[in-house]
Amino acid sequence: MSDIIRLSAADMAARLADGSVSAVELTQAHLDRIAAVDGDVHAFLHVNTSEALTAAKQVDEDRSAGKPVHALAGVPVAVKDVVTTKGQPTTAGSKILEGWVPPYDATLVTRLRAAGMPLLGKTNMDEFAMGSSTEHSAYGPTHNPWDLERIPGGSGGGSAAAVAAFEAPLAVGTDTGGSIRQPASVTGTVGSKPTYGGISRYGLIAMASSLDQAGPCTRSVLDAALFHEVMAGHDPMDSTSIDAPVPPVVDAARRGDVKGMKIGIISQLDGEGYQPGVKARFDEAVAALTDAGAEVVTVSCPSFEQALAAYYLVMPSEVSSNMARFDAMRYGLRVAPEGVDAPSAEQVMAASREAGFGNEVKRRIILGTYALSSGYYDAYYGQAQKVRTLIARDFARAFESADVLVSPTSPTTAFKLGEKLEDPMAMYLNDVATIPANLAGLPGMSLPAGLSDDGLPVGFQILAPATKDERMYGVGAALERALEEKWGAPLLAQAPALKENN
Amino acid sequence: MRPMSSLSRDEVAHVAGLARIHLSDEELDTFAGQLDSIVGFVASVNEAAADDIPPMSHPLPLTNVTRPDEVRPSLTADEALSGAPASEQQRFLVPRILSED
Repeated sequence: MSDIIRLSAADMAARLADGSVSAVELTQAHLDRIAAVDGDVHAFLHVNTSEALTAAKQVDEDRSAGKPVHALAGVPVAVKDVVTTKGQPTTAGSKILEGWVPPYDATLVTRLRAAGMPLLGKTNMDEFAMGSSTEHSAYGPTHNPWDLERIPGGSGGGSAAAVAAFEAPLAVGTDTGGSIRQPASVTGTVGSKPTYGGISRYGLIAMASSLDQAGPCTRSVLDAALFHEVMAGHDPMDSTSIDAPVPPVVDAARRGDVKGMKIGIISQLDGEGYQPGVKARFDEAVAALTDAGAEVVTVSCPSFEQALAAYYLVMPSEVSSNMARFDAMRYGLRVAPEGVDAPSAEQVMAASREAGFGNEVKRRIILGTYALSSGYYDAYYGQAQKVRTLIARDFARAFESADVLVSPTSPTTAFKLGEKLEDPMAMYLNDVATIPANLAGLPGMSLPAGLSDDGLPVGFQILAPATKDERMYGVGAALERALEEKWGAPLLAQAPALKENN
Repeated sequence: MRPMSSLSRDEVAHVAGLARIHLSDEELDTFAGQLDSIVGFVASVNEAAADDIPPMSHPLPLTNVTRPDEVRPSLTADEALSGAPASEQQRFLVPRILSED
């Protein structure tokens, strides 16, 4: 494996700027790595070879002509397949969109292209981002680079695995209930979900519109901040996009200062149900932050006990509405029902959705339709919205006594592929610590805290108040520095080498 | 408040019909059991919040966000139809939408 692909994105950018490597060389090195390992990892659904090299060549020409280029110009990036890319297939991991080529780019993709960042390809995911393991992808699961028998997390397991396997230095993720942070946790990488509205949703295939948020998947906190900054900012095409300056995330990540900051441990997410090794690494990380000058306080968020239940009403309700667009009329799969002469549009719709959607998508649509149906609305969706208020209030109270809140990202390390596939409730419990931030719209980050007793990565979650994203980058960078000093290298240096097939 | 009922196989079939998803008998059997346990779990929200708690539909307090009403480039007809299962005369071609009788 070429050494250049093991660098951070920030270091790659520096090498590109000083001319010691070209964008074409850097992009080709990643394409070679994808060719060598992705047969085993399956992080990518589509690899964008010629277009990525063309974009890289353009950056090299601009640089040699002395034109001003973006600081990350020439650093290649992978994009989760739920984000539309003009001229490149976008399936959201579903058979219903197999072969679909969007006629437009998502706003965040427009920004990546404008920054001169070659798009390596589209990453695997649970179908329409519904899942915690990528096993709900219609195109087969992604495998965790730490142990190919295990899940890479989900829904953005492809993006996290691509970054962990050095197939891409940066990848776009989306997080509705933890789909950036939980994959980061189980792959030993960094995943950051900005404040709701921080990065435009235009061109994201919607799952739950009041929860969905795109963000960076990277190998370092600084890389996440740099990548965040490229994608973030107001977009008139998204009515919920925040119309305010992007928080100073890069500055905070460079300083990495926690002196005098108050770190709040959420007592409801501290211990119970957590694997012992996860709890031990979490406690050590908190101690490292204390050593770096932070003060630790404990906060109570009693409504978090109902967060999972509220989420599994709010999210499916929005899903049932958003998924109605897959009606076999304007795009996507159209299947005629068997044995029906001149079927009606509704019959075609029902047959197409049966054939095109996987089990998890069907379950959530049915659950959401039920929760919104007449006679049940108040008891389910209405009550869930009230719990959402209580969770937001708990957060507001907690942030009166703490600058950031912390917890383990995920209750366990990566489980085996297949282990929870037939038990949806067990799968849902993975998201218990990540969901509250989505319900309240707050920014959250996961970064590596070390290895559990089973030798697999543990994630540390940092949550900040809305629009104060810089706080989690500052705390994350301080923790990363302290832990890497102890380890002597980034955690991924301890990952087993993947077999390269040529 | 209406007491929580469990979700029967017939109800799953009915709701799937509302959502325009055809389900096989086998799928109905599997989903009915799974959804019943999920509904049992999420029903706990009923005890959580009192009547005087306002509902929260969205994390950002925004109202009536609009952008200037300006003509801008948009998709051509060919682009808009590029993913259509069937099209004719620059229009989406769909199955019959009215019953024959």
